[in-house]
Amino acid sequence: MIEESVILVVCAAHGFIIMQLSASRLTVERGGRILFSDLSFAIETGGSLTVTGPNGAGKSTLLRVLAGFLPLAGGTLSLTPASGETLAEQAHYVGHADALKSLLTVTENLEFLGPMLDAGRGGMAVEKALAAFGLSHVAGLPAAYLSAGQRRRVALARLLVVKRPVWLLDEPLTALDAASQGLMAQIMAAHLAEGGMIVAATHTYLGLAGRELRLGAVP
Amino acid sequence: MKNAKGVPAKHAAKSPLFALFIRDLRASQRIGGGTSLGVVFFLILVTLSAFAIGPDLALLGKIAPAILWISGLLATLLGFDRLFQADHEDGSLDLLLTSSTPLELIVLVKCLAHWIVTGLPLAAAAPFFGLMLNLPINQLWSVTLSLLAGTPALTLIGAIGAALTVSLRRGGLLLAILILPLCVPVLIFGVAAASAGPDSLVPFATPFLILCALTLIAIAGAPFAAAIALRQTGT
Repeated sequence: MIEESVILVVCAAHGFIIMQLSASRLTVERGGRILFSDLSFAIETGGSLTVTGPNGAGKSTLLRVLAGFLPLAGGTLSLTPASGETLAEQAHYVGHADALKSLLTVTENLEFLGPMLDAGRGGMAVEKALAAFGLSHVAGLPAAYLSAGQRRRVALARLLVVKRPVWLLDEPLTALDAASQGLMAQIMAAHLAEGGMIVAATHTYLGLAGRELRLGAVP
Repeated sequence: MKNAKGVPAKHAAKSPLFALFIRDLRASQRIGGGTSLGVVFFLILVTLSAFAIGPDLALLGKIAPAILWISGLLATLLGFDRLFQADHEDGSLDLLLTSSTPLELIVLVKCLAHWIVTGLPLAAAAPFFGLMLNLPINQLWSVTLSLLAGTPALTLIGAIGAALTVSLRRGGLLLAILILPLCVPVLIFGVAAASAGPDSLVPFATPFLILCALTLIAIAGAPFAAAIALRQTGT
């Protein structure tokens, strides 16, 4: 079921260039109230940031800000070296919604993402990515028939189908069983090993070695 | 489940916009009756008008272009609320936003796929429904052509409303109120073109070319407006 060799071989083939994601003095507003202000951090190539904090602290909002879906109320966000692409275009965002069309098959869902998100960096064939997540047997099923954990794994499979250096993961392990959690930990480790970056918001232990950013409770 | 074969495509689509186009067509096709439902609604509206007006065949034939256009307008209105809302709810809109393809082009391609499923069948069905309304035979082609040229403008105007109401749970009514006034110019020139027969005062070409111009303006402008609205959805 688990094809570690596939993951490691493909990842080792093309590493990412040395990069730094830095945020300085971020201020984020949501619905007229300030969620956090003066938040600064920097992540180097191969580094990770685990964002923790109580419900409503702004973990998801921070990730959506990084993905460019929400505007910054203050501060700057930069990915160096600067390229023609924005941070959003170099990042995978996996949020609470799985972004699957329930009537399309698992394969069709992922085959759409390949060309849609690809920016010439390549990635894994859909069959291989599904095999890596132990989903080969459901490849032909419409996404509507999948369980919550299976949908989650299909959503995570796009991390492998399209190579992007920055992964923004919002509660990536939700609904995953223990085996899949271990698998995801390996895949994240492989991504970091080839020079990627991960920012993950979570309540559970992800096994990431990088720093932890603890957002405070809203007063 | 036997219906889902999941045969992988021989050649994965290379262009992102083509992949999006195929995905949207597939999704609307699988929903079942997406196309036929709009045409059936169109048929019902036309039939109701015919019943309401009564057996005066001369009157019916005279106002048939207007009936066909209003029914067509209302039938295209049906599917707009799902144009972007489905993508917003399942999170695919976020994915589209992280694509390097400009959102304006994404909107345009989604509108094209939507029009093929909703607008094109209406134009194709119009001559048959025209016969039901005693529309003179030599006017059938002008109704069809005017709908063919005008419905893309309706779809694009609808896309602006759909983008503005994307995060509203029950935005359907608001959407109709927002976009129906904007459809008035299209309706005026659409009906004018549709009513033009060989013996009418206004030649077919005059309103028809203005209708084409309205569609071109909508193609040029609406994707930008809709994209701006979609980018604001988070806030």
